[in-house]
Order: sequence, then C-alpha cells, then structure tokens
Amino acid sequence: MGDFTMPSLGADMEEGTVNQWLVKPGDEVHRGDIVAVVETEKSTIEIEVFENGVVDELVVEEGETVPVGTVIARLTSETTAATVHSPVLRHLAEQLHVDLSSVTGSGVGGTVTRADVERAGAARVEGAPPGTRPVPQRRGQRHRKAAERATGRTRSSPYARRLASQLGIDVAAVQGSGPGGSVVEADVRRAAAEPAGTGGPMAASVEAAGEVAASSQVGDKQAAMRQAVGALMARSKREIPHYYLSTTIDVAAAVTWLERANLERPVTSRLVLPALLVKATARAVAKVPEMNGFFVDDEFRPSAAVHVGVAISLRSGGVIAPAIHDVDTLALDDLMRALRDLVVRARSGVLRSSEMSDPTITVTNLGELGVESVFGVIYPPQVALVGFGQVGDRVVARDGMVGVRPCLTATLSADHRASDGHRGGRFLAEIDRLLQEPETL
Amino acid sequence: MTDDEARALIRTTLHQVAPDADLDAVEPGETLQEALDLDSIDFLNLVTGLCESTGFEIPERDYPQLSTLEGAVDYLTGLGSAG
Repeated sequence: MGDFTMPSLGADMEEGTVNQWLVKPGDEVHRGDIVAVVETEKSTIEIEVFENGVVDELVVEEGETVPVGTVIARLTSETTAATVHSPVLRHLAEQLHVDLSSVTGSGVGGTVTRADVERAGAARVEGAPPGTRPVPQRRGQRHRKAAERATGRTRSSPYARRLASQLGIDVAAVQGSGPGGSVVEADVRRAAAEPAGTGGPMAASVEAAGEVAASSQVGDKQAAMRQAVGALMARSKREIPHYYLSTTIDVAAAVTWLERANLERPVTSRLVLPALLVKATARAVAKVPEMNGFFVDDEFRPSAAVHVGVAISLRSGGVIAPAIHDVDTLALDDLMRALRDLVVRARSGVLRSSEMSDPTITVTNLGELGVESVFGVIYPPQVALVGFGQVGDRVVARDGMVGVRPCLTATLSADHRASDGHRGGRFLAEIDRLLQEPETL
Repeated sequence: MTDDEARALIRTTLHQVAPDADLDAVEPGETLQEALDLDSIDFLNLVTGLCESTGFEIPERDYPQLSTLEGAVDYLTGLGSAG
C-alpha cells in the first residue's frame, strides 16, 4: 500500500495520460476496482487497483501525461479492509451476506478461506451469532455510489470536453458510454455526427467541423500507434533470438464438433474456431512450460498462470494483444464470452489495465483475414507467439488414401534463450493433438 | 421490416460491435467480412445483435445469406414478413 504508480500497460508503453479519475480522496477502494481511465498511444485503458485501502491523495491531475512508474495517487491501508480477499471469496461472501472483515481466518497466516466464509454464512443463517453480521451494502452498489458522489456534474474526460466545445456541443446533453456513464470522445463524435433536429445549415457545419477535428486527431493517433508498435517490434527483433516452426493441422474434427455444438446453441452462446485455438494453446503449455512466461534479467521465468494475449488488429491501424486470464482452466463457454467481450472492447478502445500488463504468451489469428501462415514477432518480455492461418480444404494423404480435409497452418515464433526447436516442435504437436479432441477442450 | 429499417438495423448493430468499421465503404455484392475486416467473432457479435433486435433466432446454416449487405437486408425483411 502507499504509492499508486502509472502502470506499465505493455512493454511498449513509456507514458500515459490520466484522462479521468473515478475516485477522489477519502474514497474506499477494493482490489479490482477501476479507479482511473488512462490513455496510451494505443488505447484507452481502465486502471484497476490491486489492493484495498482508502484514497489519500490524487497526485496527478486529469489531463496530465506522466512516465510509467510515476506516483499518480497515494493510498493508505484501511484497518477493516487490510486483508486482501480474492474476488471469488468476496463474491461468495456477498452471496452469503457475510462481512469478510468479521470472519476469523483459519488459513495460512490467518487468511480467510472458502470454508471460513461458508461456516460464517451457515452460522449467520442459524441466528447471526456475534462475529458475523450481514454486509451493510453490496460492493456493486457502493462502487456506483462512489462514482455518483465523485462529481455532481456530467462526468466526462478532459479530451471529450475540449472536443465538445470545439464542436459546439453541450456535454451535459450527451449520453455517456464510458465508465460510470461518463462521456468519452466517441460519445461526443456520435453526438456531432447525429443530425440535430431539423438538420439545418447549423447541423451541417457542426458535422463538417467534427470530421475535420476527427481526421486530424485520428491521424495523430495512428502515427503514435505506428510508432509504438514499431518501437516494440524493433526491440523484440534486436533482443530476442527468434526461431520459427510451422506445421499443418487437420481441423476436420474441430470444425465438425463446432458445427454440431452450435446447432443446439442459441446465437448468444455459439462458439467459433479461434476459441478452440486459444484454448488448445493454453492447454499445450502444461506439456511445454518453456513457452509460457517472461524473459527478464537475463533469465527465463516460467509463469504458473496462463494468460493468453490475443492479437487484435484495429481497422484504424496497429495491433493490440490484451490478455484473457487463466485460459488453461477457463471453461470453453467462459473463454468464448471473454473473447467476444475483449474484441468489442478493443474495437471501441477501452481495455483494462490487468489485461494489458500481463499476457504470458500470445496467439495471433491472422488467418481470418485470409493468409495461409503468419510468422509473428514475439511481444517482449514474452517468449513465444503462436500463429494460426486460414482454414482451407487441402489434399491430404493419410493411411495410403488421398482425401480433402479442412486444414490450417500453425506457426510458432519462440525465444531461443528460453527453448530450442525440439521443444517448440513438441509444443505445436501438442496443440495439434488437443485440437483432434475438441470435446475435451 | 422494410428495406430501410433492415438497413438501419444493420448499421446500428455494426456500429455497436465494430465502431471502427465503415459500412459506407462496402460495395454492392462485396462480403461484409472481407470489406470490413470482420473476424469470426465480430461477425458472431453482429448476428447476435440482429437476433436480439429482431427477436428471431438466426441459425448458423443461414450465415451465408448474411454475408453481403444486400443479402442481409433481404434476409431481415424476409424475417419480418414471415413473422
């Protein structure tokens, strides 16, 4: 606890602009709460806090740009919230109406375990003995209240306000789509693009002004994005001795399984092949852990958790690879939901800090745009990048017979400091094997 | 649903799932996925949005009919008259 610094949201980030604070001094924050919106060269990111406590001071003002590592706020521990509980535990406590701060922990070092919460929940139901009392307010409600309290006026980012005044738009009249209903750049542009009531000459001129402002701003952003991608990739190629492997994978089993599974599924829970590819990659890491982790301080540090970065190319140019966490243990349906959510948020330009800072391996699926194979550049400090090409019918000889099967080319770019080609080959073979048993993914 | 309504619905839904895609750039007969760089997840999000707005379930086997803008408009207006 103490200093809250501008986080590094990817190895290519050097500085960030605090677009908006969602908390103010005196506010209580809990691990996982979104406290600020930061704009980088690549994206707008919602910054989460990693500890419980109380906001002491906001050091950096809205609109200020500071280097990574700069203290942007100070937090102090709060006695009642001193123990950090996992989101799962908090959720359970909420469900059982148990106040976590009043539960006596039986775990290592007095930490509260699942069993403790369940016991407290059961005790509460039996007649609320001392030491347990209902949670006064649910977390979501408190969070919303904090956001409402923060300002009486319309919440909006500084850039949105500036743009709105340029375009002659009243921010207060704009419907916000940002965090806590705040008005962000896109909302102002939308409002500017909407024909106003009668659509007279006034509306037309506003629209034209909007386009001019939008194009110059978009141009700046694109240049910054290009520069950020370029700097990172140059660093990767300079520092990482890449080796490349490729293999053809027969995906008939996966495609057939998907078709059958989707027949019974409503559109909201249908699956797509990339979900299987991401899942197979995450699972294959268990067999070849040298592919998953970071190369830092001249040594490879494998990661126990598998956070898969998913490369998403933006139509305005550039690519970002936010992470989905713990993919190896995530149920396929949950992974699919996470993927859909991530793609939409990446497209609209709002991602979360935890997604940007810690992918342990990256998957790129350029095949969807029609290429046969992609030999990617590794995102430092990661050590591997898996690429999947387009699915297409190919003539395949098998068991002395020639047949036509849907296939794709899977590639691996890996860091020679962390592994050798032999292990890389093993990794691709494991992905292949897993994709032959889609029902187990 | 009229032709115009279907077109408007596609535009709105597309804006939600891929705010950075420009529907005006699509030439008649061009597939949406290619013209707008929609990946399979974008496309699924688009179909989901259309299902939610119309109240109709669009099965996966009908996806090819939605591949072009004209095809999608025809498909949606067809849904309206059937319902």
